[in-house]
Amino acid sequence: MAVMDYIDAIRLAMKEEMERDEDVFVLGEDVGVKGGVFTTTKGLHEQFGEYRALDTPLAESAIAGVAIGAAMYGMKPIAEMQYSDFMFPATNQIISEAAKIRYRSNNDWSCPVVIRAPIGGGIFGGLYHSQCPESVFFGTPGLKIVAPYRPYDAKGLLKAAVRDEDPVLYFENKKAYRLINGEVPEDDYIVEIGKANVLREGDDITVIGYSMPLRFVEQAAEELQQEGISAHILDLRTLQPLDKEAILEAVRKTGKVLIIHEDNKTGGVGAEVSAIIAEELLYELDAPIMRLCGPDVPAMPINPPGEKFFLLNKDKVKEAMRNLALY
Amino acid sequence: MTGMSSASQKVRHLELGLSDEQAINMYTQMVKARKFDERILLLQRAGKVNFHVSGIGQEVAQVAAAFALDRDNDYFLPYYRDYGFVLSVGMTLRELMLSVFAKAEDPNSGGRQMPGHFGHKKLRIVTGSSPVTTQVPHAVGIALAAKMKKKPIVSFVTFGEGSSNQGDFHEGCNFAGVHKLPVILMCENNQYAISVPIHKQLAGRVADRAIGYGFPGLQVDGNDALEMYRVVKEARDRAVAGEGPTLIEAMMYRLSPHSTSDNDLAYRTKEEVEEHRAKDGIPKFKQYLIDCGIWNEELDAELLAKVRKELDEATEYADNAPFPAPETTLLHVYANDSAQRGNR
Repeated sequence: MAVMDYIDAIRLAMKEEMERDEDVFVLGEDVGVKGGVFTTTKGLHEQFGEYRALDTPLAESAIAGVAIGAAMYGMKPIAEMQYSDFMFPATNQIISEAAKIRYRSNNDWSCPVVIRAPIGGGIFGGLYHSQCPESVFFGTPGLKIVAPYRPYDAKGLLKAAVRDEDPVLYFENKKAYRLINGEVPEDDYIVEIGKANVLREGDDITVIGYSMPLRFVEQAAEELQQEGISAHILDLRTLQPLDKEAILEAVRKTGKVLIIHEDNKTGGVGAEVSAIIAEELLYELDAPIMRLCGPDVPAMPINPPGEKFFLLNKDKVKEAMRNLALY
Repeated sequence: MTGMSSASQKVRHLELGLSDEQAINMYTQMVKARKFDERILLLQRAGKVNFHVSGIGQEVAQVAAAFALDRDNDYFLPYYRDYGFVLSVGMTLRELMLSVFAKAEDPNSGGRQMPGHFGHKKLRIVTGSSPVTTQVPHAVGIALAAKMKKKPIVSFVTFGEGSSNQGDFHEGCNFAGVHKLPVILMCENNQYAISVPIHKQLAGRVADRAIGYGFPGLQVDGNDALEMYRVVKEARDRAVAGEGPTLIEAMMYRLSPHSTSDNDLAYRTKEEVEEHRAKDGIPKFKQYLIDCGIWNEELDAELLAKVRKELDEATEYADNAPFPAPETTLLHVYANDSAQRGNR
């Protein structure tokens, strides 16, 4: 099995799906000749031609809206938002259109579109190249939302998203592109949407998260093992629909839970995860539900101390995990 | 009704490639749409249905455009006043009536959406929403797919002049222009966006906006059925020949209030409405058919009686049809979902 970077797993998923099905195509700003500002679509233009790796005008609502139209026709578009910070002009197309097409037509029409968008900070991107917008879309019925952490899941979830019959938002973490690598099968497989994954078995505390911060959780868990604290880690992988059973099972295992994400705390995915646990497992908990998230400020600053202050890291995560263990 | 003028006039629809029968069929669709609209206004006033948004004054352009398209293969993205259009591409009065009564059997949305929110996959009428002009990028996406799949079809999309100010109109036009896509954009300029008149919506002409996107834009008298037909047909020919989009601004007047919830005399006068009622394209087209010697008052009375009967039957059917079962509210959020999953 090959070891590859997160970004290469994403690219491989697109390449394989485009080879498998000629209705699959990628569209977005700079995705064609340049191969994407991060090189995510590099090589696709050469292999599949101008239209299947389509450079679009700089207009996000059209990128989403055109993809939605093509999907209703029967194509399988993958629309790329260059940065998730820039997908808000497309929000009406995503929430009012893509999410509601099946429902409003009473199952007559459908919209099997994939919208990829890089999330997260740590690249000195400032306010508008660093955001995590998942909570804006979370809670919109009709959308599926995935946010992979491991390269294995990055490939498998993207392939599943392309084959899904409904609109899927695929949030890839741009800091993870070259920082996270791992084993990725070079053959065809999918990771089922709606299924969380246990990254590490443990007995003392449960940590639930998604995307890039799980790296810090894994590192902290390793170190805390030396202190005699055993952490159980659940990667949500899919944010919508949440894998309720996996969440409850992971919490039941230890009776103590910490929820972690880079998106800000108020109204974040962690709030819903926390509510699910409170509704179902309150009397099985040995500690209050804890959350460690981005601060409730509009977005992270570009100055290095400010960015560092905003972001999670191994030390912050380790401290929160230790506090929970010692509660 | 006799002499040289009728002979030269008669040539007009034949010259455009429309048979006598097709010309009469166009008129029939216009009358159907008008009578449907009037009936729903009555039903709403009688408290039988909750809401109606009218297309009175816009039927001529809608019907003429539909007849200029390939009604068996093209894709249609109408907006909420397009009763004449959807009737012309195959929706029935019964189906429209089921939508007005919000009944389970409504093919547009199964009684979920407001009336006027059309959708019918078998007829390639693409499902629409209420936020205006979101359908323009969809039409462009369908045209992109048609180009990629090398299919000789066009997508045809309509919208009002008010909504031509939305970003989605401009983003869609630009995208279509860049890739020379087979899409026809028809603005139904009815002079009002609810209460706001055209001079407070537009500083220029909608048709002229096409210049900025690199394709032709034409202003047409929307009450002139044959001119509308000619222009849309030409636009379609250009589109399938790979010459790209066309923007058509059909000039007309919204003779009804914006909706049954609107009192239009709060912002316009009766005199103004009457002035425009005199320009109504339906009686004009009827007169044209009479002048051609292919229509008369007797046939017209027969048609009106037939439409009235059809409307009576459709109304009775829709009135008596069942509402969707309440629990079905949970269905069709995702493919193959069940009520239980919808409730999670």
